[in-house]
This record gives sequence, structure tokens and C-alpha cells, in this order.
Amino acid sequence: MTSSTQLPLSADEQEVIADLQRRSFFGISGALLAGGLLSGLPTGEANALTKALPNTEDGAQRGGTLEALVHPEPPTLAFFINTATPTRLVASKIFDGLLDYGPDLQPRGQLAERWQVAADGLSVTLNLRKNVFWHDGKPFTSEDVKFSAEQVWRKYAPTARRVFQNLTQVDTPDAHTVVLRLSKPTPVILNALDVVAAPVLPRHLYEGTDIPNNPHNNKPVGTGPFVFKEWSRGSHIALERFDKYWAPGLPYLDRLTFKVIPDVAGRATALETGAVHYGERNPVTFADADRLAKSNKLVVSTDGYNGFAATLWLIPNLRDPILGKLAVRQALVHAINRDALVRTVWGGYAAAATGPVSSQLKTFYTADTQQYPFDRKKAEALLEEAGYPKKADGWRFDLTHAFIPYGDDYRRTGEFVRQAFRAVGVNVDLKSQDLASWTKDVFADYKFQLVSSWGVNWQDPQLGLEQHYWSKAESKGTPWQNASGYASPEMDRLLEAAQVEPDIAKRAQIYQDVQRLVQKDLPLLHLFEFRWFGVWDKRLRNVTDTFNHSQSNFARVWFDAKA
Amino acid sequence: MTRQVLARLLQLVGVVLAIAVLNFGLLKLLPGDLVDVIASESGSVTAEYVAQLRQLYGLDRSVFQQLLAYVGQLAQGDLGFSFRFGEPVLGLVLDRLPATLALVGTALLVSVVAGVLLGIASARRPHGVVDAALSTLATLGYSAPMFWTALMLIVLFGVRLEWLPIAGLRDISAAYTGWRLVLDLAAHLVLPVLTLSIYYVAVYARLSRAALIETLGEDFIRTARAKGAREQRVIFRHGLRNALLPVVTMLGLQSSALLGGSVVVETVFAWPGLGQLSFEAIKSRDLPVLLAVLLFSAAFVVIANLLVDLALARLDPRIRTRAVKVPADNLSADHLAAVAKEAA
Repeated sequence: MTSSTQLPLSADEQEVIADLQRRSFFGISGALLAGGLLSGLPTGEANALTKALPNTEDGAQRGGTLEALVHPEPPTLAFFINTATPTRLVASKIFDGLLDYGPDLQPRGQLAERWQVAADGLSVTLNLRKNVFWHDGKPFTSEDVKFSAEQVWRKYAPTARRVFQNLTQVDTPDAHTVVLRLSKPTPVILNALDVVAAPVLPRHLYEGTDIPNNPHNNKPVGTGPFVFKEWSRGSHIALERFDKYWAPGLPYLDRLTFKVIPDVAGRATALETGAVHYGERNPVTFADADRLAKSNKLVVSTDGYNGFAATLWLIPNLRDPILGKLAVRQALVHAINRDALVRTVWGGYAAAATGPVSSQLKTFYTADTQQYPFDRKKAEALLEEAGYPKKADGWRFDLTHAFIPYGDDYRRTGEFVRQAFRAVGVNVDLKSQDLASWTKDVFADYKFQLVSSWGVNWQDPQLGLEQHYWSKAESKGTPWQNASGYASPEMDRLLEAAQVEPDIAKRAQIYQDVQRLVQKDLPLLHLFEFRWFGVWDKRLRNVTDTFNHSQSNFARVWFDAKA
Repeated sequence: MTRQVLARLLQLVGVVLAIAVLNFGLLKLLPGDLVDVIASESGSVTAEYVAQLRQLYGLDRSVFQQLLAYVGQLAQGDLGFSFRFGEPVLGLVLDRLPATLALVGTALLVSVVAGVLLGIASARRPHGVVDAALSTLATLGYSAPMFWTALMLIVLFGVRLEWLPIAGLRDISAAYTGWRLVLDLAAHLVLPVLTLSIYYVAVYARLSRAALIETLGEDFIRTARAKGAREQRVIFRHGLRNALLPVVTMLGLQSSALLGGSVVVETVFAWPGLGQLSFEAIKSRDLPVLLAVLLFSAAFVVIANLLVDLALARLDPRIRTRAVKVPADNLSADHLAAVAKEAA
């Protein structure tokens, strides 16, 4: 099982692997699992990434069918209600947004050609592109945007509902101009006009209908580069090139088919045999990713996720008498060897976090925050100090830990953390639940001690992070809001200042203070940043020219036959 | 005969109602609802949004009101709308029905045919080599839990030997047509069907063996032999007809157990049928979808049992069509259980 090229394992890693093997369900899974763990270990590099072809449209040829993976199957294509990643992945090819964002997270025009925030910050003017058509041939106008803003953003779209709270009026001076009027400056708007955050639906098909149950939700009519053809549930979703797309000559691809392959090994095989050319956001196991990276036909890359930068965190319930103590929370972070966690459980496709904002969010990130390096002695000392000496049974206290039920990687993370805490005398009971029960326990009843889950920063901390630290965001029964019960006047002041600060540089400064305060108070314990990877056919170009690989419209993606 | 069929269909209405009410209650006891799931999947949402979704899906009303509304809908023949999938429930269920029927139907056929043939082989020479091997196999067949059997089959035939596909209904990355597609479907069927049938092959083998040994000792068989009938004819013409009675009764029982088993098997083998749909529905608390699957299953079981009774009446002239009771004590459930125990 161990080969000669393997690096020596740290005591921690050996412990985790031994533990996983001991409790593995039967021999073979233990072997497979440990095999997976071991093969994911670094051999010089963090992981075996390969270089994709440079993004360029020089010499681009039209044609070809791109077979892509989607997993799990989207429950619905109503992307303005359910914004789960698989839904985004498909809907973003059928619909364009007002803006799109590049790898540098800077806005780029899509349905809007130009955008302008008024000097007082109280209005945003969008100049729409001319000659844009819906897939049914009807022209796209400012009326579609007005309808979407008034009916869809305010009522259904999860992100837009928060972002456009200060939207008072939508004016349409002409067919290609939209003015969004605001009661307060809302600088985050310019970072939240992408296809999913601010969805634009065809007014002529949705006005006056029961929007959430409109039959077009699963037979969408959009403005994007690809037209919806058919959805065979459990099998595939087929899209075809839109001939009247607003950008002449685009898209390059003739067809785009999303295939549903529920089995992770099956996905790896399909990529390997060339049956599919593309899979994104960790489509295969880490071990398989390293294996596929060695193939001369495939690329494995973590590019294109700067706007989907996410961190995995532990949510402590601050209402709990034990976890309410800062020293205990500090001890818990000190007790975890995060580098080992990243190496063993996540196969190197992650990096230890320094705070709430991912280092991939360059505009806002700062490394200048308080750190809690792996140090068991210090953890034990802090726990003693907090008044938790080891009792007769060898434990200081018991904790329950409910991990987010999103698959094995998260379960193993829970197991790793349990091991780490046991090593400093904290007994952990790991709870495995289904998503509905977990959501209800954590976000509706606050019935938890420690939870591991994760969150996305998006292209602006206000979109992904604010609600976890803002005391006003605490809302019993609403998932992904402040569940820890953290309430700090200083934090509230910072977050509220950032909401209305029109100066981009000053706003970034405020978020740096937010990061420092989070690392001081530890309302959430940030363990690591994800490094999502995609796997695709080496001949594809322009796959990663985007802020979020899960929602780029693929108009400029092409097969380079010469490669 | 028609009266019997009519009575059964009336019974079906009662069963449907009972299932709707009972499962509605059970599912409501689970923590969390569909809105929790949708909100959780969507990342960040606001409190008003959650409240609005609940109102939209009618989840803000009392459980009793929701139940009344649901039963009222059913009475009009409307299975409802799945907010999770954004489609009418009927279409979702009909979409998945063929896959499950193929799985369950094949499993029924395989287990009966293989089981009875093996039973005959053992009964020919009780306590011979074939019989001993079969008893061992049957014991294994009963005692292995289904999910374990499934995983072992995957490990052996899928992972180690790489003979058979281990997931899905067909190879969607290859666009097969015609016979090649049929072959592909058949290959994908092998392991799930094997998993579902192993236990029942064993049961049928034991049942038909016991019944056949008993029948072969009867007077009319001796008469047939004395008349010089060939052994084949004695077994298949005279013996089997009687020996099949307990087998047919068991078929009715198996048909209901199969549907439960299909949830496990479809989940393990990623088989896109009703079992997987109901598992999804439970996970996402999608009530109308789950209830619809259960209603279809109930209909399947009631109809299967009706067919069993009709078949028994054909096989055994002693069974009067007026009464659906099976008089022969060798068909009682206790007796069947005893026969099944005998193997262990």
C-alpha cells in the first residue's frame, strides 16, 4: 500500500489513516480509502496540477460538441429561486447576466455595455446592449430588466433580495437604458449583477404568471449563447448554439450536453475515455484527479474560482456555556493540524486559512490577522486556564459535532477534527444527519454545539461573509445566517460602514478590519480555503476566463484542433 | 370472479387513503421541510424569503389543513406538484416507472424460474450433492443483508473482474442504438437483479423442494408411475402443478418486499427508478412525490396479489373463486415460515 516514493507520514496522518481503517466498513473500503488518502499526499508539489492552454480567441474555430458533467443533477433550472451550483452551471449557459466578472473579479459587460454609479451613490445607470434577442426571437429591452428587478429580484432571487433592499424605483428612459434608484448608497451592487445574483427573465413569458411554477422554468428561454433543447431526467440536459446571439460569430461550440453521472468512479472513467470532455468543481476524487493529471489528454486545474473562493469553518454555538469562552475556541483551533487536514482528507486541494476572507479574493484579503498555529501543549494549557481540567475518565468535556451532509470529504473532515480534539482531552460525538434535519437543527433551532460547514466569499465579502458576523443577520429559521449568536457592536459598526462606503479602497480597508476582528473574537473557526479543481480536455480554450467556473457562459470556449 | 376483482379494487381505494394519511403523518414527523432544503442549497437567503416560500408551498398551514388539502387533491385524481423538481408529480413518477418495473419484473421472473428449477433438482435426490450445495447456498441467500450482497457483487464483478457495469441504467457516454442498446441495458440489469433475487431464489428453491417431495409421495403420483409415465412427465405434469401452489402464494408476498428492496438496490446501483426517486423525495422532504411513489407501489402490490389469487384458483380446483381464502393448510403463513426455517 505504501510505495517507496511516499513521504514519511506525520504522526497525525498515521493516526487518522489508522483510525479510518479501523472503523472502515469493510476491508476493501479501508484499502481504497487509505489508498486515496495516501496517493493524495504531496510528492514535492501540493498536488499534480497541469497547465491549461492559454486563454485566447486567436485562430478560434467554430464547431464541436462539448460533453460536460453535471453532478448532482440539478433539481430544477429555476436558477432565480434555487441557486445550487448544478443549477448555476446549466442556467448560466442559457441566460446572460447584466454583467460578468473576470478572473480579477473586475466587472465585464454582458447584457449591459456600460454602467455608471452616480456621484451620490443613489442611482446606477445601465446602458444595455442593442440587438439582443431572447431564444424565441423576441427582442430584449429595458422592460425585461425592469420586470426582473421589480418582480424577481425583490421577491425570489436569494442574493438580489439582500443586495437590492434599498432599491426604490426602476426607470427605463428608453428601450436600452435602465436606472436603478436607491434610498442609500449600495456599492456592493456592482459586484452582484451576474447572471445568478441578478437574474434577467423574459418579461413576455413571465409577467402575470405564477412565477415559481411557470412552465418555462424547466424549459428556459434565455438570452445566453446556448438554447435549451431537452432535459431527460437522470440522463442529460442538451443545449444547442444560439444563432442570433448578440456577439457575432459566438458561441464557437455547436452543442453543449450536460451528462448526469451520479457515481464518482464513473465520472473519472468517462473523463478518461473521452466520453465527456469537461467536469468542474471537484468532479472526481482527489486520488483520481492526481491520476488524470498525468494523462496527456486532460488538464486538471484550480483556475477560474477566484469568485467562488470558499472556506471551511467550524461554527461554535456561542450560546453554549463551554464554547462561549474565547479560551476554549482558541484552544480548539490550536488543537487542529490544518496542514495535515488539507493534505490527508483534501488531497492537497485546499490550503490552511488565515481568516474569514480567502486569499483568492485579492482585493479584500489581508494576512495581517491573529493566527493560531497547531500546538497541542498550548491548546491544553488554554483549556486548563478556561477551567476544564481532565476528569477521572480522561476527558475535559464532551462536545457534539454535526458535519454538513455533503459527502465523504466532509464526513472525514469531521472525523479528523474529532481525532484532533480527543488528543487534547475533548471527547467529541460526531453526528451524521440528512440535509433537512441538519439545517433545521443548526439554523432553525440552534440545537448544536459545534458544526462544520463551509461558505463562499463570492466576489465581495458582503455577499458571502457579512451574514455570519452581523448581529442583525441572526434570524432563527434562515439557513446560512449568523447561527453562532455572535453579536459585537464593533463588528456591526464595521459591516454597516462597508455597506454604504462608496470609495472602493476605503471599503476594502474596512473589510481588513473585519478580518482582524474575526480572528480576535473567533465567532467562526476558519480551517482552510478550498482549491476547487476542474478536469477537462486539453484542447479546450477559455474555460477558466471567469470569476466563477460554475457559471461562465462558455460563449468563447472552443476546441483547438492543433493542440 | 368479477365480484372478487371489484372487491379488490375497492380495497385498493382504502389502502390508498390509509397510505396517504399514514405516510403524510410520518413524513411530517421528520425534522426539517422542503423549504429548509431549498434554502440550504441556495446559500444565503433572507428570513422573508423563507417565510414566502413556506406560504407559496402551503407549508405555513397546520398539518391537518395540509393533509385535508392533499386528500382533497387526490380525490380529484391530482397527485400534486413537486416544488423541488418544478414539475407535476405524475410526470415525474411515470418517467421513472419503466426502470423500476424492468428491475422488479426481471427480478421476479429470475427468482421464480431459477428457484423452482433448483428446487426440482434438489427434490429429485433429497440429501444428494445438489441438494446439499443448494441448502448451503440457500442459507447464505437468506442470511446476507441486501446492501452487503450488493456491495460484494460490485466489488467482485465490477471492481475486481471488471465484467459488469456497476451503476446506472445504461452507458450514457456511449450512444448505443438497437440491439447494442438492449445488450447494454441487460448488462446493467445483471447485478441489481442478482442482488434483489438471491434471497428469493433460495426461498423458492426451499419451498418448491419441500412441496415437491411431499407431492411425490402422494398416491396419485404412485398411480401415475404405476401407469408407466416417464419421470419427467410425472414431475412436470403431476408434481409441479401441486408444488407450485406455495410458490405462487410467495410471489404475492415477494412483490411487496421487492419494492422495499428496490429502494436499497436502486440507491446502491444508481438505478434511475422509483426507489431512487423516493429516496430523493425523503431527503428533500418532497411530500407529494414520496406519497405518489407509495401509492403506485400500493397499487402494484394489490394488483399482484389479485393475480396470485386468480392463478391459485386456476392451479387448484379446490380453491373456490367465491372465497379468496386459501384452505389448504400447507399454504398457511405459519407453514411457509416453517418451510423457510427448515433450511436454516
